[in-house]
Amino acid sequence: MSGPRLFRGGVHPPDEKHRTKALPVEVAPLPERMFLPVSQHIGAPAIPIVKRGDKVLTGQVIAKAAGFVSVPIHASTSGTVKSVAPYAHPMGYEQLAVEIEVDGDDTWADPLPPINDPLNADPKDIRTRILEAGLVGMGGATFPTHVKLSPPPGVKIDSIILNGVECEPFLTADHRMMVERPDDILNGLGVILRIFGLDKGYIGIEKNKPDAIALMDERARATGWAEVKALEVRYPQGAEKQLIHAILDRDVPSAALPMAVGAVVQNVATAVALWEALTEGRPLVSRVCTVTGDGVKNPKNLEIRTGVPVSHLIDHCGGLTDDATKVLMGGPMMGMSQYTLDVPTTKGTSGLLCLPEAQARTENQKSCISCGRCVSACPMGLSPTTIYNLIDADKVAEADDWDTLDCIECGSCSFVCPAWIPLVQYIRYAKGRVLARRREMDK
Amino acid sequence: MSKRTFYIASSPHVFDGDSVSRIMWTVSAALAPAAAWGVYVYGLPALTVLLWCIASSMVFEALAQKLKGSQVSLEDGSAVLTGLLLAMNMPASSPWWLCVFGGGAAILLGKQVFGGLGHNPFNPALVSRVLMLISFPVEMTNWKVGSGALADAVSGATPLGQAKTFLNTPELGSMPQLEMMDLLLGFRQGCVGEGAILLLLLGAAVLIYKRIVTWDIPVGFLGTLALATGIVYLVSPDNHLSPLAHLVTGGAVLGAFFMATDMVTSPLNARGRWVFGIGCGLITAVIRLWGGYPEGVSFSILLMNATVPLIDRYTKPRKFGYVKPSSAGEGAQ
Repeated sequence: MSGPRLFRGGVHPPDEKHRTKALPVEVAPLPERMFLPVSQHIGAPAIPIVKRGDKVLTGQVIAKAAGFVSVPIHASTSGTVKSVAPYAHPMGYEQLAVEIEVDGDDTWADPLPPINDPLNADPKDIRTRILEAGLVGMGGATFPTHVKLSPPPGVKIDSIILNGVECEPFLTADHRMMVERPDDILNGLGVILRIFGLDKGYIGIEKNKPDAIALMDERARATGWAEVKALEVRYPQGAEKQLIHAILDRDVPSAALPMAVGAVVQNVATAVALWEALTEGRPLVSRVCTVTGDGVKNPKNLEIRTGVPVSHLIDHCGGLTDDATKVLMGGPMMGMSQYTLDVPTTKGTSGLLCLPEAQARTENQKSCISCGRCVSACPMGLSPTTIYNLIDADKVAEADDWDTLDCIECGSCSFVCPAWIPLVQYIRYAKGRVLARRREMDK
Repeated sequence: MSKRTFYIASSPHVFDGDSVSRIMWTVSAALAPAAAWGVYVYGLPALTVLLWCIASSMVFEALAQKLKGSQVSLEDGSAVLTGLLLAMNMPASSPWWLCVFGGGAAILLGKQVFGGLGHNPFNPALVSRVLMLISFPVEMTNWKVGSGALADAVSGATPLGQAKTFLNTPELGSMPQLEMMDLLLGFRQGCVGEGAILLLLLGAAVLIYKRIVTWDIPVGFLGTLALATGIVYLVSPDNHLSPLAHLVTGGAVLGAFFMATDMVTSPLNARGRWVFGIGCGLITAVIRLWGGYPEGVSFSILLMNATVPLIDRYTKPRKFGYVKPSSAGEGAQ
C-alpha cells in the first residue's frame, strides 16, 4: 500500500486550534445540578429507572438501554434525583432528562468488576462490558460502540482505524487525549483488535498535530500492534469514509457502512473510555471537551461530566465576553447552535465554541451564480447547488436521483458558497423529503 | 450572568469570506487594464463607449429592479461588469445611442427577463452584441475612429475581416498588418477591449490564480480553435491564417478567458467545462473558416450557453463510493 491518499474535494477552514492546543486538560468542578438526557446517542433513548427523591451514586445506572441500538445512562455524580422530565437538549428541542441535585461528595457506586488481562479477554465479555459502560462514539456521532463492534455474521472485519484526525477547527480535545494518554489509546485499540482477532490497527492523525504524531508513533512502535498514519490537513479528513479512503485506499460504497469494506473506525477518546471500562469498571460519565472561541474569556480543555449545564462550564472559563452572540456545541463546521446555556453536555460534547458578534452573523442569501465551487468542495462527489435548486422547486424525486442521501452534512459546500446559500440546510431538508417519499413509495 | 439571546443557525458557522460582489468587482478589475489600453489605442471614442455602456447598464439594472420591486443591487458589481464587457465587445466608433441600446438589451433581454443575476442562461453582454451585430451591422463593423488614434494608421478592416475577404485566394499571404507584435499589443482594428492580448492574459492569470476563472474552459476553447485552424492551415497554408494568428485576432482571448468562463452560463464541474470549452473552440473555428461572419466567438459561446443544462445533466460528478446499479445490492447491507 502506498502512503495516505487524499480524498477528492474538501476545504481548508482556518484551524484556530492555537487557543487551547497546548493547554493540559483540567478537571472541571461539579455544578449544583445536573441534567442527564436519556438520549445521548444515536438510536432508541434509554428508559429511566429512577424517580424523584432517589439517591444515586456516581456511575449508577439511571436509565437502561432500550433495545440493541441503545445504551444505558449512568449518574455522572452522586446526589438526589429532583425530577425526570423534559428539559432543554443540545439538539434544539426538549428531551426527557434526569435531574440530579449534586451532593458534592461524588461518591462512586461499586465499579463493574474489572476484566483481568483485557488484551486477552473473551470478545463476548468485552462487548458486554462496552454495552454496560454505556460507550458511544465520542467523535460526535455518538453511535453505540457495542453495535459497531458487533458486525452481523458473515461480515469480515480486517482493519481497525482509530480516528485522531480532529479536523473540526477550534477543537483540541482529541489532540490533548493523544498527547496526555497515548498508552490508554493504544491499549483501547489493542482490545478492539482482540475482539476481531487482528494483529495490527491504524491511528490516523492530521499533520497539524506533529507533537501527537511523534508521541503516538513512538508509543505505537513499542506496542507492535499499531501504526500511526500522518494525514494531509484537509477538512473533512476525519469523516469516516474519507479516513478509510486515506488509510486503506478503499471506498465505502454509497449507502453502506464501513464494515462493507472490512473496516471499523473508532475515535481515540472512545478507545480510552473503552480501556477504562475494562480495567477500572468505569462507565462513560465524563469526557474531554474544548471550551473555546473569541467569545469566552479563558479557553480551556476540560474534563467534564456528562449532564453539566453549559453555563457552568462557560462560567468556569471566565464567562462569555460582552459581544458573544453564538454558542455552538461541537466545532464550527458541524456544531449545533444553542439557544440557551441551560443545555447540558452529553457523551458527544467534544467542544463548546463561543463566537463574538463579528463572527456569529450570517449574511443574507443571494442568487446562485453557478460558480461550481460547492461541486468542487463536496467530498462525497455531489452537486450541492443542483440538489438545492431541485428541492427549492419541490422536485423530490429528482433530488433523490442526484444522491441527496449521500450527503454527510460536513458543511464544505456552504463554507465556500460566495452567494451565502445555506446549502447544507437545504440538503438536510431535502433528505427528509426524499426519505419521506421513499417510505411513501414502499407502501 | 444575565440572560442573553443567541443566534441560531444551521451549520456550518464559518465561511471562507468570498462573495458574489467580490468576484464581480475582481473580474472588472482584471479587465480594466485591457480596457484602458483600448482607450490608448483607439482614443477618446473608446472611452466614450466604455462610459456609455457601463452607465446605461447600471441605469437599466436599477430600473428593472425597481420595476420588479426587488432591492437595487448595483453594489454587487454585476451590472458594471456586464457594461464593461459589452463596451469591450463594441467598436470604438459606436455612437452613444447604440451603447445605450446595447446596455438595455444586455441587462433587460440578457439578464432581467430571466430573473436577474444567476438566472440568465446566456451571457448578457453577448446576447446584446449579437443582437446589435444583426440589427446594426454597419455601426457594429465601422472600425474608423477619429484622427489621432494610434490604430487609425492602419486600414479599415479587422485582420479577421481581411482574412475572410481574402479567403481561398492566394493574396492572403500578402495581406498587410499581420505583424505578431502589433497583434499582441492590439495595434489593429477591432473592438475596444479585444486587442490588448498581453494585458488580457495578465488579467486572466490573476483570475485563474484567485480561482475565479478555471483554466479548463480557456484551454479547451483556444486549444480546439488552434487545432482546428491548424489542420486547415497545414492543408493549405497559403489560403488561411496560421493558428497562432487565429488565437490573437478577433475576440478569441477576450471570449475564452472572460466571456466563456462566466460562471452563471458555464457548466458546474470540470468535465462539463471541458466539453463546453472544446465546443466553443470548434464552433468558432467553423464560423471563422467557413461561415458568413469573419468572427465566431460570440456565436459559439452563446450556442454553447444553450447546451449548459444538458452538459450539466450528463456530466454529473461521480459520487464517492459509486456502485454500478447492477451490483448495488452487494455493497449495501
